[in-house]
This record gives sequence, structure tokens and C-alpha cells, in this order.
Amino acid sequence: MRSIWELANPARFMRLSAAALPWCAGGAALALLVGTVWGFFLTPDDYRQGSTVKILFVHVPSALMAINIYAMMAVASVIWLVRRHHVSALAAKAAAPIGAAMTAIALATGAMWGQPMWGAPWVWDPRLTSFLILFLFYVGYIALWAAIEDPDAAADLTSVLCLVGTVFAVVSRYAVLFWNQGLHQGASLSLDAKENVDDAFYWPLLAMIAGFALFFLALLLLRTRTEIRRRRIRALRMARARAEEAREGALEGAADVA
Amino acid sequence: MSVFLALIRRDVTLALRIGGGGLLGATFFLIVVLLMPLGVGPDPAGLARIAPGVLWAAALLACLLSLDRLLQADHEDGSLDQLALAPLPLEAAVLAKATAHWLTTATPLIAVAPALALTLNLPAPAYGALIAGLVIGTPALSLIGAVGAALTVGVRRGGLLLSVLVLPLYVPTLIFGARAADQAAHGLPAGPSLLFLGAVTLLALAISPFAAAAAIRVNLR
Repeated sequence: MRSIWELANPARFMRLSAAALPWCAGGAALALLVGTVWGFFLTPDDYRQGSTVKILFVHVPSALMAINIYAMMAVASVIWLVRRHHVSALAAKAAAPIGAAMTAIALATGAMWGQPMWGAPWVWDPRLTSFLILFLFYVGYIALWAAIEDPDAAADLTSVLCLVGTVFAVVSRYAVLFWNQGLHQGASLSLDAKENVDDAFYWPLLAMIAGFALFFLALLLLRTRTEIRRRRIRALRMARARAEEAREGALEGAADVA
Repeated sequence: MSVFLALIRRDVTLALRIGGGGLLGATFFLIVVLLMPLGVGPDPAGLARIAPGVLWAAALLACLLSLDRLLQADHEDGSLDQLALAPLPLEAAVLAKATAHWLTTATPLIAVAPALALTLNLPAPAYGALIAGLVIGTPALSLIGAVGAALTVGVRRGGLLLSVLVLPLYVPTLIFGARAADQAAHGLPAGPSLLFLGAVTLLALAISPFAAAAAIRVNLR
């Protein structure tokens, strides 16, 4: 492949994604298996959190994906608006429900951890609140796709929504910091931080993150392929309806002449 | 410029002559505020604590109420197509419509807000920050709302969808607006929150006309 834009050709995308899909799915299964066994059974309990610390092996990767999927949708939306590549718009459409699911998983696992650790499944903390807002962004985006019939208009409008939403999502992220100082701990996976999560948890966590990323990629390829096929069926149906209309028109014309 | 002003005048006139205009929005604002003491109880100290947030949330909902008619009526009778063809750029037309929406929806809210704040027992030092916050912040509500209205103008019965799209975008405005009044109520300076609120409004002013005009062009295609 000489350039990434060659993937903009749906036929080429279908061919390449068909080849890549089993590798992504297999890699995801392997990384998730290794991460789960290593993280859940071969790491020590935390001295203060006990075994609940292991929720982080699902919570952190899903939260990471929830944010990055939205960023990916924003990039795909820009590509669609600028270069009009249909695969890009369909990839953004295909990614949204996965992102919403990841956000829901992050919120649910956070609640499971919060119940024993904070004494409450939900607190109005900046991170929790911005995730709830992120979830609402996903829901609105999916609802707008569903509400508009013409696929190109839907792609355009959802792209505009996604970009405006990105700006306000970033503003909201920092506005909620202003509103409440919060309970959620800071980042502990940064490359430049002095104190990160302990090595015992670090490597299985990396395996889980890789697993979630590959799992997302596999689902994304699968769902984008489905969307492309759905688009083809739509085009075929429209062509058939047009052909039938033309034939009926011709018959009527013949009857008029007779 | 004269076309711009004429468009504002037309929209304000239409809003005033059809459906009660701003009066209805202000009444809705009053009803939402009335629901709060009925819901949480009449304790004056408790009401004073939640007053800034209640007033801001009610203002948000009242602004939302009239948004689905912002472009819908013009889309249905074809005036939106005429606007798109007019020499005035569509971005400026969106700005004019948002201005008209602000004049007919937000100014009545700002006018009645002090009276409603009185019923909620808002502490005296907070009035200035509440009014200043509403004046600075409500233009953002109309501007962001114009984007939502433009996105859903082609959707039949898009009112609910519009709310789902627009309300998450209102979060920064709500936070900084309510925060300014809240800090003033506690004797803290409201200035920083008001400046942030102004920043959000300016951001909305910079983005919304272009996003809304792009969405309208798609819907008129």
C-alpha cells in the first residue's frame, strides 16, 4: 500500500479489511486472554484496596478507548468533510456505538469500584461527570445518524455535530474541573510522571489496553464492512426501483400511442 | 448591514405576533422555577443555596423551548431557501436569527430573573452576578441552539432530538453562569467565572454561525 488514501476506495478497503480482520480479532483475543489471566490471577492484591484493584484492568482500558474513539470519529469526520471519502464517514458511524459501549463499561466498572472504595457508586466528580457528558455526546451522534434518511446528508450533519461536539467536550472537560475538585485519582500511566502504577500492575494493564485497542479495531473493521455492504444494497435497491419506474413509464407511453 | 438588521426585525416581529413570543418563554421559566420549591420544599436556606443553579437550569430549558421553531418555519414555507440565495452570507443570516432568538427569548428571561431570584431567597450580593452572567451567557445558548436547529431542520418532529444534541453543549455555560452567581452569594469575587463565561460565549460566536450555515446548506441540498 503506497498511501493511506488508497483505503478510500471501498473495494480496496473491503479486500484489505478482510485480510486484516482475522489478525486484529486473533490479536485481541490473545492480548485479552493474557491480560485477563495475568491481571486477575497472577498479580498481588493491593494493600489497601484488596482485590477490587483488579477492576482497573477493565476500567482503565475502556475509559481510554471511550475518549480515543471520539477523537478517531472527529478525525474521520474531518476527512469526510474535506476529502469526501465514504469509507471515512462510515467508519465514524460504525465507531460511535462501540464508543458509547466503552463509555458505559467505564462508568459501570467505576461504579463497581466506587461502591466499596468511596462508599458510593456515583459521585459528582469532574471525571465521572465528563464521562457522563461524553456518553450523551455519543447518544446524540447516534440519534442524529438514525434520524436522517439521506446517507450523504446524514454523514455531513453528523460530522458537523461531531466537530462542534469535540470543541465543547474539551471545554466541558475543563469547565467541570472548575466546578468540583473531585475524588477520582489522577493519571498514573503517564510517561513523564514521577509516580506511576506499580510494575506488577503495569505490564498486564498494557496487555489489556492493547487487547481493547485491537478489539476495537476488529469491531470497527467488521462494522464498517457491514455499513459498506448495507450501502451497496441500498444502491442496488434504488437502481432496481428506478429501472422498474422507467419500464412502467415506457409501457404507459406505449399504451398512449396505441 | 441593512439586510442583517431587516432580518432581525422580521424575526422579532414574527416572534412577537405569533404564539406570544417572549412572554410564553418567560412564563415557562416561571413555571420551572415554581416547580423547584414544590419539589425540594419551602425551606428558605435550602432554596437560597440552590437558587443560582435552579435559575440557570430553568433559563437553559426556556431557551431550548423555542429553538425548534428557529429555522423550522422558514424551512417549511421556503423562506430558508430564499435566505440561502440572498446576497447576505448564510453565516450572517444565522447570526441574525440567533440574535433575534436572543432578543425574543433571553431578554424577557433576564428581565424576570431578579423577581424569581427574590422568590428563591437568593442572597443580595448575588443579584449583580446573576444578571451579568445571564447577559453574558445567554447569547451562547441562542448561538449553540442555532447549530442544533440547523442540524435537525430536516428532521420531522426533531424537537426531542434537538434537546439531546444541544443540552450537552450547554454544560460549560451552565457551570460558569451558575458558578458566578454562587460565588457572589458566598461573598467571593464573581469576576473569574464571568470571564470564563464570556470566553464560552465568544467561542460559540466564533464557531456557531459557520457550523449552522454548513448544516443548513446540507439540509437545503
